[in-house]
Amino acid sequence: MAEKLQLEVVTPKGAVVNEVVDIVTAPGYGGEFGVLANHAPFLSTIKIGVLTYKKEGKEQSLMVSGGFCEVSNNKISFLVESAERGADIDVDRAMKARERAEKRLAEAVQHKDKFDRVRAEAALHRALSRIKLAERGKSA
Amino acid sequence: MASLKEVKMKIGGVKKTSQITKAMNMVAAAKLRGAQQKMENFRPYAEKFNAAMGNLSSGMDSGSFPLMEVREVKCAEIVVVTSDRGLCGSFNANILKMADKLMKKYEADGKKVSFLCIGKKGASYFKKTGKVRKTYPDLMGTFQMFNARAIAQDIAANFLAADADEVQIVYGKFQSVAVQKPASQLLLPVKPVAADEQAAATQVSAAYIYEPSTEEIMEVLLPLYMNVMVYHAMLEVSASEHAARMSSMDNATNACKDIIHNLTLIYNKARQAGITGELMDIVGGAEALKG
Repeated sequence: MAEKLQLEVVTPKGAVVNEVVDIVTAPGYGGEFGVLANHAPFLSTIKIGVLTYKKEGKEQSLMVSGGFCEVSNNKISFLVESAERGADIDVDRAMKARERAEKRLAEAVQHKDKFDRVRAEAALHRALSRIKLAERGKSA
Repeated sequence: MASLKEVKMKIGGVKKTSQITKAMNMVAAAKLRGAQQKMENFRPYAEKFNAAMGNLSSGMDSGSFPLMEVREVKCAEIVVVTSDRGLCGSFNANILKMADKLMKKYEADGKKVSFLCIGKKGASYFKKTGKVRKTYPDLMGTFQMFNARAIAQDIAANFLAADADEVQIVYGKFQSVAVQKPASQLLLPVKPVAADEQAAATQVSAAYIYEPSTEEIMEVLLPLYMNVMVYHAMLEVSASEHAARMSSMDNATNACKDIIHNLTLIYNKARQAGITGELMDIVGGAEALKG
């Protein structure tokens, strides 16, 4: 097997992941990016989405929300506001959150309230990512 | 001298008080553990964050970001973080005293001051000054990162609207279970990292690939930095509050014990005096019959 890199996911509630992995894929500022061992030093902001990593052939996913990530010396650290594993996600709650967010988004667009729209969009994004991740977990 | 019954009632009352203070002490101890755990969990995030912030902000022009802009101070805002509840010794009083001093210092220089209070104690203390801009009561028990984010956004918006040119945060720093000290820190404008750290940081940061550009990352990072600062202050206050309550309730329980001891002495003395009086009566009566 090729060289590995150290993955670290840190949230204000504590470290979620601290493992040696083969590859990490994350939702970056300019779209999804992948990081392998011996990557050049790199710093990017992270959007709401799904972070995937492979460890000994097994793929695992996390839902992350906004923050940033730093790559240096074969170590990749994510600093995000929250991170959840697929198994921890409550699908019903996410579904309800999606409906709520869609409704609020529609209202905000109608009233042309930019602030509310941004918030509703973020909420919708979070809900969709959660649902996506939960479904992926089921099919695997 | 108080009557026997009165003393007995008083002993009963003090005993009940000591039960309550003892229970509060134990509750505070349990909550302190939780608060300390929360602080412990947050530490790695804060450390990493500050390191990255240092990497980025070194060698950058502070004037180019609205949140770092240094203006002439006309209005200052003081963010006061206190607990929601009392009965924790002089903990809140110390924070409020410090905030008060800060306000007087600003006003002596002819600057306007407004307050943003997190926690009920600060809100009720500064209410009479009429300078409170906003309060966030009932948060300290169960706050989370998103609460801190809402507050940080509010502070930043106020700063950007030029309603405040400088923002200070006053909170209680948790040094140990026995020691909590009030502390104040400049929140806005955000200061770039100190010069000596810069030298080391620039060497590392030079090789980094940034996506998007460093400027744009800073735009994202600065508000996050505010969240971290506010959240950190709230964590410190919540841990300090429980520690302060623990020790003050311990003191109260000890004081109750002392009072009960003294009252018991008085009670026994009074009882003894009563018995002696009755004996004298009996002896006197017997003597009279004899005669």
